[in-house]
This record gives sequence, structure tokens and C-alpha cells, in this order.
Amino acid sequence: MIAVESLRYVYPNANEVLRGIDLTIEDGDFVAIMGENGAGKTTLVKTFNGLLKPTDGRVLIDDVETKKTSVAALARSVGLVFQNPDHQLFCETVRDEVAYSLRNFGYPLDVIERRVRGILETLDLMPYIDSSPFMLSGGERKRVALASVLVSNPKHIVLDEPTIGQDYQQKDRLRNFIVQLNAQRKTVVVVTHDVEFVAECKPRVVLLSGGRITADGTAEEILTDGALVERASLLRPQISLLFSSVSGLPRDVIDVFSAKAIISNVVRGRK
Amino acid sequence: MRVFEGFKFTKLQTPIHSMDPRAKFVMIMVVFAISLLFTNVLILTVILLAQIPLIWLGRSIRRWGGSMKGGVFLAGLIFFMNLLTGSTFTYSLAMTIRFLALMSSFSIFFMTTSPDDLGLALEQAHVPYSLCFTFTTAVRLVPTMAVDAQTVVDAQRSRGLELDKGNFLKRIRNYIPILIPLIVSAIRRSVELAEALESRAFGLTSRRQSLIVLRMKTSDYLTILISIVLLLLAAWASIYAQLPSIEIPFQLPRLW
Repeated sequence: MIAVESLRYVYPNANEVLRGIDLTIEDGDFVAIMGENGAGKTTLVKTFNGLLKPTDGRVLIDDVETKKTSVAALARSVGLVFQNPDHQLFCETVRDEVAYSLRNFGYPLDVIERRVRGILETLDLMPYIDSSPFMLSGGERKRVALASVLVSNPKHIVLDEPTIGQDYQQKDRLRNFIVQLNAQRKTVVVVTHDVEFVAECKPRVVLLSGGRITADGTAEEILTDGALVERASLLRPQISLLFSSVSGLPRDVIDVFSAKAIISNVVRGRK
Repeated sequence: MRVFEGFKFTKLQTPIHSMDPRAKFVMIMVVFAISLLFTNVLILTVILLAQIPLIWLGRSIRRWGGSMKGGVFLAGLIFFMNLLTGSTFTYSLAMTIRFLALMSSFSIFFMTTSPDDLGLALEQAHVPYSLCFTFTTAVRLVPTMAVDAQTVVDAQRSRGLELDKGNFLKRIRNYIPILIPLIVSAIRRSVELAEALESRAFGLTSRRQSLIVLRMKTSDYLTILISIVLLLLAAWASIYAQLPSIEIPFQLPRLW
């Protein structure tokens, strides 16, 4: 469980980014953290693995206070994938890159090889196992970065803007993969601006604004509330915009599958 | 990444900030040259300490302190590498203090000179515009690189990297996962910047005009004069004068 209690975080330049956050994420939860640029989303998730220690309040990961343990120790249970893959790739081959954290954690060589191959297959990266990560496209590099964190099988997975630079098909694969991870009782926290992605995944949504939580609820509750969404500098999902502009249609629909079912019923009823 | 703070320009109203960038550059180059003239620990310490009043005048003591703290790792590396390769304790110490003196002088220059003024000074010294632009862009990118460096450190720590773990050599190796992404992203950034500039017709006109023209004040001429006199005196002293020195009789046995 990730428990955040009265968390305040002030950067050394006196910029107070988090102003009293209270949040509980149970094991196996799927949460999307959304909000305007500078709302404090990335700062908040950096406190989950102890990269940033709270100025006030506390963050507990499975009842261990992040202030009292090292980032390396927390990295075993909290996998944080950064927004820009270029900030972490440095090995000569994709295999070495993905194996890096496992080597840091001291796994035996055969386990490392098996796990590396497994995650590369899942993320469709096997053809590049011996390629240089620097020679891959932006989207592929992003998946290598993702693989290099997921390979250690952390209990809680935090993804910072995972959909940036991914084409539609890859985004769809990513969505399926995240849903799969969540089905395995992994906690998944996604920081994103991508409302369509959230609408398709339907996680619990936490809205941040000015360093405070302004809303916490289901994707349907939050993403169909025009005022809330606007305050967070987001746009409602297209399905929600369409359904709210046509009278007689329900207003809490945000994804294509539900919309398709409702429209099919309406059409069938008219026939 | 506090070391970069000590090279970042902050707009302030101080006598050092309002100096002409050319006069300030001559002054810093004289400090640089004098530091290279001597290997005497006492003289190098004086050169280092003599900069503190300038930093105090420029109201930048705290940031300078941060950059010095950040430079301790490299200073230590210089000291131990000298010692391990057969230099005496005194000589290794002198090289370390020389490094700190050089670092400090550049820190003063960059903390108190805006990149715009610097570019202007170079242009008015008839340096080709493409070179001036390259130089000012490099200076301007230092804070961005500092942010990148912090992000890279965070990303690698999240993958279990412990920078302070292991013996001296292991600690140096720990920096490889930091340096490679940093260099790669800097190269990527420079390629993107070059393409963006070319798309905006960079270098189309060879003759550029400037709205602001730098003018030297009497105090700037005086600074240059005093700097040159000091340099000549130092050059004379390094050859002819019998300067006080200290010698610590310690040296590691040669390893090879």
C-alpha cells in the first residue's frame, strides 16, 4: 500500500510544489494522476520511491516510511519509469540495459537472462535484444526504458507520461499490458495528460492542481465533470463531449466500447 | 548538481555585475594565467583567497560556496591521481588548489556576466557571429544541463544505482550511467538546435547590427591596467623572486 499523509514538498529554491497531500493507494489499485503542468504530479510520484523526501508529512510504502530507507531499497518494490527514456539509457545493448537493475539487485545470471527475454517478448522488443538502445526510435527507446524497470517485477509500478511518443497501436498494446499488470494485483500509478488513454483504461483518477488534490474518484465521475476537467487544463474525452451534446444520451460515458453499446441499443430501438 | 549553480548568471546590481564584460574577462584571464605560473602552495592559496572579496562584492558567496562544494569530488580526484602517479604531497595539494582557484575565477565570471553581454562583447571584438553564438548558447545551456543531470541521477537511482557505494574506483565507475545519458542527450539536443536554427535561416546575413553598443568606463580601463600590471609582476616574481614556500615531506612509493 502507498500511503501519503499531509505531504508537503518544498524544493531548495523555496518553490512549494506539494501543499498537503493525503492519498491512499491500496495494493492492486490502478490510479491515474492528472493535472495541469506544474501541478506537482511528477514531484508527488518521486516521493513514492524516496527520490524526494517529504519536507513535512510522510510517505509510507508497505508501512515503511520513505524517509527512513534508501532509494535503492525502495527501488525493489517501487518501479518508477521516467518520462524521457534518454535520461536513463546508457548500455551498449538492449539486453544489458534491461538487465542493469537486476544486476544492481544481485540476481543470478540465469535468472537475469530469463527475465530479460520474458519482458522483451512482452513489450515486442526481442528483435532488438542485441541492438544499441541509442539506434532505436523514440517509441522503442521508451519501451526499453519501461522494460528496464518492469524486469525487476516491482510490486508498485509508477509510469510518468507513458504514452508520449507512442503510436496508436503501441498505445493500445501499452494499455493492454497495464491492464494485465493490474490484473496480477500490481499497483499501477500513471501520471498522464492523455485523457483518451485514461478514458479507455478507466482507472481511479486523482486530479492535482496547485500542489493539492482537487478531486479523487472514478474516471467516469472526474472526466465528465466539465468544470473540474477545465480547472486541471484538460479536455473531456471526445466520447464524453459527444454524449453530453446529444440530448437523451447518458452523460457518464467516456469510452468507445460503452458508447458503441449504447448507440447500438438506441439504433436497434428505432428500428 | 549545486556545482552548476555557481556558474549560473543572476541579475544583480553590484560593482562586479556592472563591469564591462571585456574588462572582467581580462581580469579573470589574468587570475587564470597567474595560477598557471606558480606551483607554490602558498601563492596558489593567496590567489584562491584573493578572489573572495570579489565574490563578496558580487553578492554571490552562497552560490560560490555551493559550486566549491560540488567541485570537491574533482578536486579530490586531482589530488589522489597526482599522489598515486608519484607527485609529492605538496605538489598534489598545489595542483588541487590551482584547480579550485581556476574554477573559482570562472565561477565569478559566469555568475556575474550575462550571456547576452558576453555575446555582445565577443561580437564587438570582431569574433565571427557563429562562434559568438556557439559560445553564448553553451553558457545558456548550463542550467538546462544541470536539470538534465539531476533527472538522470534520479532515473538511475530508481533502478538501484547507489552513487556513494563501493571503493574509490567503484564510485568513479558509478558515474558512467550518469555521464553517458547526459552526453547522448546533449548531442541530441545540439543536433535538434542546429536543425531548428538552420530552418530559421541562421547565418543568412554576414553583417549584423547591434542595438546595444558596449562602452568601457574609466573603472573598466583601470581594472584592465591593474590586471596587466599584476600579471607582469607575477611573471617577474615567478622567475626572479625568492618566494616563501612550504614543503610537506610525504610521497607515496611509485606503483610502477
